[in-house]
Amino acid sequence: MSGSRETVLAKVRAALADVDPAERAEDVAVPRGYARSHDMGDPVAVFVDRLVDYKALVRQVAAAELPGEVAAALERRGAERIVAPADLPAAWTADVGTGTALVPDDGLGVRELDTADGVLTGCAAAVAETGTIVCDGGAAQGRRAITLVPDYHLCVVRAEQIVGGVPEAVARLDPARPLTWISGPSATSDIELDRVEGVHGPRTLEVIIVGA
Amino acid sequence: MSDSAFLGMPAFPAAARAATGDAQLRHNLRKATHTIRDKRASVVGELDDWPVLRAAGAAIKDRTLRHLDTYLVRLEESVRAAGGTVHWAADAAEANRIVTGLVQATGETEVVKVKSMATQEIELNEALAEAGITAFETDLAELIVQLGDDHPSHILVPAIHRNRAEIREIFLRTMRDWGVPAPDDLTDDPRALAEAARVHLREKFLRAKVGVSGANFAVADTGTMVVLESEGNGRMCLTLPETLISVVGIEKIVPTWSDLEVFLQLLPRSSTGERMNPYTSTWTGVTPGDGPQDFHLVLLDNGRTDVLADTVGRQALRCIRCSACLNICPVYERAGGHAYGSVYPGPIGAILTPQLRGTSSELDASLPYASSLCGACYEVCPVAIDIPEVLVHLREQVVDGPGHRAEKAAMAAAGWVLDDEKRLGAAQRAASGARGLVPHTLPGPGSAWTDTRDVPEIPAESFRQWWRRRNKGRDKGGAE
Repeated sequence: MSGSRETVLAKVRAALADVDPAERAEDVAVPRGYARSHDMGDPVAVFVDRLVDYKALVRQVAAAELPGEVAAALERRGAERIVAPADLPAAWTADVGTGTALVPDDGLGVRELDTADGVLTGCAAAVAETGTIVCDGGAAQGRRAITLVPDYHLCVVRAEQIVGGVPEAVARLDPARPLTWISGPSATSDIELDRVEGVHGPRTLEVIIVGA
Repeated sequence: MSDSAFLGMPAFPAAARAATGDAQLRHNLRKATHTIRDKRASVVGELDDWPVLRAAGAAIKDRTLRHLDTYLVRLEESVRAAGGTVHWAADAAEANRIVTGLVQATGETEVVKVKSMATQEIELNEALAEAGITAFETDLAELIVQLGDDHPSHILVPAIHRNRAEIREIFLRTMRDWGVPAPDDLTDDPRALAEAARVHLREKFLRAKVGVSGANFAVADTGTMVVLESEGNGRMCLTLPETLISVVGIEKIVPTWSDLEVFLQLLPRSSTGERMNPYTSTWTGVTPGDGPQDFHLVLLDNGRTDVLADTVGRQALRCIRCSACLNICPVYERAGGHAYGSVYPGPIGAILTPQLRGTSSELDASLPYASSLCGACYEVCPVAIDIPEVLVHLREQVVDGPGHRAEKAAMAAAGWVLDDEKRLGAAQRAASGARGLVPHTLPGPGSAWTDTRDVPEIPAESFRQWWRRRNKGRDKGGAE
């Protein structure tokens, strides 16, 4: 069932009677002289600056310090049950204390996600200029629901995953995968256009940057 | 384009006159639009290649529009190949029938909705309600509008006309009728109001089986849908349900995935004045084990092909619904969104609505006049829509058509006065002599003009009087 497919297409073609039939789409020139990334300084420093601006929590650590930092973050949070994608590297959570139970996502229901204290994942890429983390469901990320329903998202970003500008990130990503671009904790500007952090998505976003 | 929600609304002049007399509304709008203007200017100024991005955005949209049939067919193929189903709707009634049928096929009687201009335009919620299906709006501003039984007044922030105190009152009064009530001790702190919305909607998200959305962009090459949002309600609706139905205007297409590198810079900075909005979701068909396993794309015409057929007005279809033109517009700031009598208010609405709906009604015929042609809307538009050019073009159409006798008469009267030096002098002296008695409306042919505009402060003497007096004084004093 496609409804008015032919009707709509016929109306579109009739509306474009002024366009020369010989014109190809590529004949409409698109200026591409915009920057792949803007010269804003060290990408990691810019990324941190943007995250802080969004009121995300940020820490930078060397690779060897990651397990300790993950454990410390979860302890600061007081998280008792933390959801983790099934393929999360075991090393990341090697130092997590007995006060926190890691709940691997084996198809958890939304109610189970809702009662968890948070989620720990990696990411696919990050954009310095916009302070954005992109998850694509790939390694150490899991499906979209697990980074959405819990109220706390602890995300590990490797320094080499950080690109400068949006065009560089778009080029790195695979559109066939479901992508979530995350720029700070959930927020709204719907009341008097004033930004307030924390609505339906995780109200706290904590980022650990590794190997800066 | 359906206009039943706004049926019986007065033409822009009368509605604007009422709105400009509402001090609370004017205060709310002024505060909000000035806040967002400054934020936009700051983040746009940060990118030294903004003019090139803007030109690229306009060109990508022009490329799409000039070859829209090709891209529509390509999008259809891509979405199907990725496991989605594509439907075509010639008008609002057909789109509503398709969506209603899809929801009924699931056996569900509730849907959760992401904010979507297209579904506002076709009045999907009302159509679903007639079929016994409840649509829950989940965007905070849409929720405020829905709970308040109100009309949207802004593209991005439909409840921009409400301040925090009014929102608190709406939540306290109505949330209990729709589900989880607001806490009795709710304050008007935006944080508390956002928390109340979170608690109110949480249960609906967790039990939802059907989600309904629009899309900011649809990528023809890959079949990818893109939704930008802030609160996470979009992610909830796009991720948790089993069935997802997206109603998307045929002009929302971009040709390729890499074209998004332009729009993901233009849109957030122009819209909320942020470097990036908190959440952007993209999905291509269905992904096993992740998100809805049944995806339907409803491609909507509903007057868009009529806009496309007008070679001057066509550029309005470039619009990416950022609302920068509303926020900068001196007319919108004073009149508010409701005066435009459509889900698309402000400068873009003044050119889009009359083209989508035609100018047969008095309201729609008055919209091309809802502007002072100052050009600020064109300057801030991220896809360089020359709104003043289209406004003038539409005015020509309206003037050539039937109706608008009053406005024509006023313009003719102005021409009669301004054309003749003696008559102008007489009119100015008459006006300044009556300064203390200035009416809000001018009598006779002038009334059509002042129905919509405040009479400006009349100076004690006209420029011409001042010039004559000044030169007389010089003659007497023999200065210089």
